[in-house]
Amino acid sequence: MIKVMSPGLQTTVQDNGRIGYYEVGMPPSGAMDKYSLTVGNLLVGNDENAAALEITYMGPVLQFQEDAIIALTGGEIPPKINGQPVPMWETLSVKAGDELSFDFVKQGARVYLAVAGGIDVPLIMGSRSTYTLCGIGGLEGRPLEQGDELNIGNQSKHQVPVGTRVQSEFIPSFSKVNEIRVIVGLCSYRLTEESKQRFFSIDWTVTTEANRVGYRFKGERLNFVEREQPFGAGSNPSNVVDLGYPIGSIQVPDGVEPIALLNDAVTGGGYATVGTIISTDLDKMAQIKTNEKVRFVAVDIEEALQARKENKQKIEKLKQQLFQL
Amino acid sequence: MTGAAKKVLSPIPGVFYRKPSPDKDVYVKEGDAVKEGDVIGLVEVMKNFYEIKAEAAGVLEKFLVNEEDVLDAGQEIAVIVAES
Repeated sequence: MIKVMSPGLQTTVQDNGRIGYYEVGMPPSGAMDKYSLTVGNLLVGNDENAAALEITYMGPVLQFQEDAIIALTGGEIPPKINGQPVPMWETLSVKAGDELSFDFVKQGARVYLAVAGGIDVPLIMGSRSTYTLCGIGGLEGRPLEQGDELNIGNQSKHQVPVGTRVQSEFIPSFSKVNEIRVIVGLCSYRLTEESKQRFFSIDWTVTTEANRVGYRFKGERLNFVEREQPFGAGSNPSNVVDLGYPIGSIQVPDGVEPIALLNDAVTGGGYATVGTIISTDLDKMAQIKTNEKVRFVAVDIEEALQARKENKQKIEKLKQQLFQL
Repeated sequence: MTGAAKKVLSPIPGVFYRKPSPDKDVYVKEGDAVKEGDVIGLVEVMKNFYEIKAEAAGVLEKFLVNEEDVLDAGQEIAVIVAES
């Protein structure tokens, strides 16, 4: 059992997400940075879909009530066991009574704490992920609170030796200025040519409204092409007839501030979506903090699929390295 | 005699506020004495308000950021001079 001494800013239980219910309006939730979740689970020998803790901006203080094997991946929020710094991206052993805490965030935004066996919470619609807006999944459908107790599950597949370390080529680097690849559409035709170009040529600043639901950006006003309001669409020029919103889709309500919809977002609505972040770059998006900058880069579907393929190959290569040890 | 000056840092990025709400007074004025654990401001991010507390007793000598500034994680917020 793991006891929550202090919860951090927003710490939730997440796995790979509640897949398959999008058409009924249920977003997948799940780890925002799936690459880091996967590597964490590999380092502790778990099933890749085992649930871990997603820690945002500020770490919790956790006391282990039993011996455990853990790994910390993701952004750099330096971890400490009993006050002593410990490495991230490495298989660690903790003893009953040990306390895990964190320093201030240095880079990135989210850290994943994987525990051998996984965090044991009930499966809701096939997933252990917390969806706070609906209050389902994870621990009682909410972020962790002081005094909570988390059980460790039995989703362990391999024994990974303590001290196993991910090589640097598999550790993402972080920056305060980020390029995020986007596929243009589905409703980019609503923007003027000039605004379409501006969207891809300025640095957008992440506002404080940046969480698991979506990230809102500040930059400059974008303009829409004049048109006659279609039947079924709202009156604002940024409205279209309702459509499904892909995860990572970017809308610009009233042309004021673009919003990228993420894991816990509404699944459809009536704002023109001008582009969609490619799935591989959602991991990178998850590690961008308030006040950091994003430049959107247009790519085509082939490039997006190639990036996804390379990401999968990277994980396969890492598995080979880890399990040859 | 003045004691050691200690900087108060923001552990998180977000918008800084010195008041508990727009129509209230500031938590602490420059030059006021603070006790350990006193709230000196708030940082808002992800619709959460995180309380910034004095880590030691002393006099809050100076704020290094303004009301509604957007802070980076680790940014210095204020200087507290320990009582001697």
